[in-house]
Amino acid sequence: MRILFIVLVLSFGITACVSSSQSLYAELGGADKVDEVVEHFITEIEFDPMMYDYFKDSDIVRFREKFTEHFCMLTGGPCEYTGDTMEQVHTGMEISEANFNHAVDLLISAMNKAEIPHRLQNRVLATMAPLRGTIIYI
Amino acid sequence: MQGNNRLPIYGLLSMVLFSPLVHAADGKLIGTAGLTQLEGAGGGGLVPWATLSGYDSQEQVSVSSAITVVDVDDYRLNAFGVSASFYDRAEVSLAHQRLDLKTLGGTIRQNIVGVKYRLYGDVVYSPLPQLSLGLQHKRLADTAIADALGSDDDQGTDFYLAATKVHLGAVGGYNAVWNLTARATKANEMGLLGFGGSQNSDYELQLEASAGILFSRNLAVGIEYRQKPDNLGLGEDDWMDAFISYIPSKSVSITAATANLGAIAGAPGQSGFYLSLNAQLW
Repeated sequence: MRILFIVLVLSFGITACVSSSQSLYAELGGADKVDEVVEHFITEIEFDPMMYDYFKDSDIVRFREKFTEHFCMLTGGPCEYTGDTMEQVHTGMEISEANFNHAVDLLISAMNKAEIPHRLQNRVLATMAPLRGTIIYI
Repeated sequence: MQGNNRLPIYGLLSMVLFSPLVHAADGKLIGTAGLTQLEGAGGGGLVPWATLSGYDSQEQVSVSSAITVVDVDDYRLNAFGVSASFYDRAEVSLAHQRLDLKTLGGTIRQNIVGVKYRLYGDVVYSPLPQLSLGLQHKRLADTAIADALGSDDDQGTDFYLAATKVHLGAVGGYNAVWNLTARATKANEMGLLGFGGSQNSDYELQLEASAGILFSRNLAVGIEYRQKPDNLGLGEDDWMDAFISYIPSKSVSITAATANLGAIAGAPGQSGFYLSLNAQLW
């Protein structure tokens, strides 16, 4: 079992170094797939009482456009994010840790509906995780 | 005695069944709250982790419970734990352990009160691992065997510092978790054989580690290692396990493991299975 432990620990390091030449964006399936995820995410928000409160005064057309750009840019796609910074968007909204994690749950649900494989979902979340500090409690 | 022992199990099951009716704390990602370890703290199976026991976020309180059985060649350990986690900051836990000596006959019972405080970080989102400081105060209810083996004391307190981190998509796209815990302890076999002994009466620093991979949102597989002192001179061994956890919802998880506990009180090569039912009640 000691050997198993060493193998498992080493595998963390090794796989962290192996990177695909293709962008995550391309692996996901490009623009069509990202649009699909974003549509499902918006639907999830519309039917969620906690999230809907934060979005009820939002311009959904603009949200769709900017979130799609942001998703594309974060996953290494050929896009430029032209929206406001995460701080600008979320300041004063008093988003809690629980709200944030709930939004992540909805995004996972949207990715499930778009049939994004589990392993790609995790890599998408990894690109977004560093933004958390610019979104909650500001 | 038998009747009493069954009560907590029925109580827990009924609470699990009703738990979807209450508004439980759910502010963390599924699978990232961890389990309840043998001594009642939030953790893996054998090792206390930096994570607190429930799915509470900074505005939430959670209450969790676990029943665990470890069945090896000559011993069977039943552990029942209840813990409350406050605002993802502090955890208070109670555990009752009952070790049945299958070959020799007899029972050793121990009660444990635990406290854990999160010092830094979020297991998923902070760049550095989540860090927590904890203690476990243990009192033996049955002291005859600990006394006979020459232990110094029938109560003791462990102190530990734990670091835990989840890496999103890190291992071939799967989420990975690791934990490292340093524990200062005098406990013999977790305290079930008393504290301190003829070979050593002082605190010793022991290292404990866990590593796992989440193969889906609902399935985790991993291994654990727990170093232990040998205060009684009975050749007390380190503990190891390899586990698989099924986490169907934030309310409940089931863990099965193979446990390799080495020599216990002179009986060598104790190995067997570990089974644990975890439930978040609130």
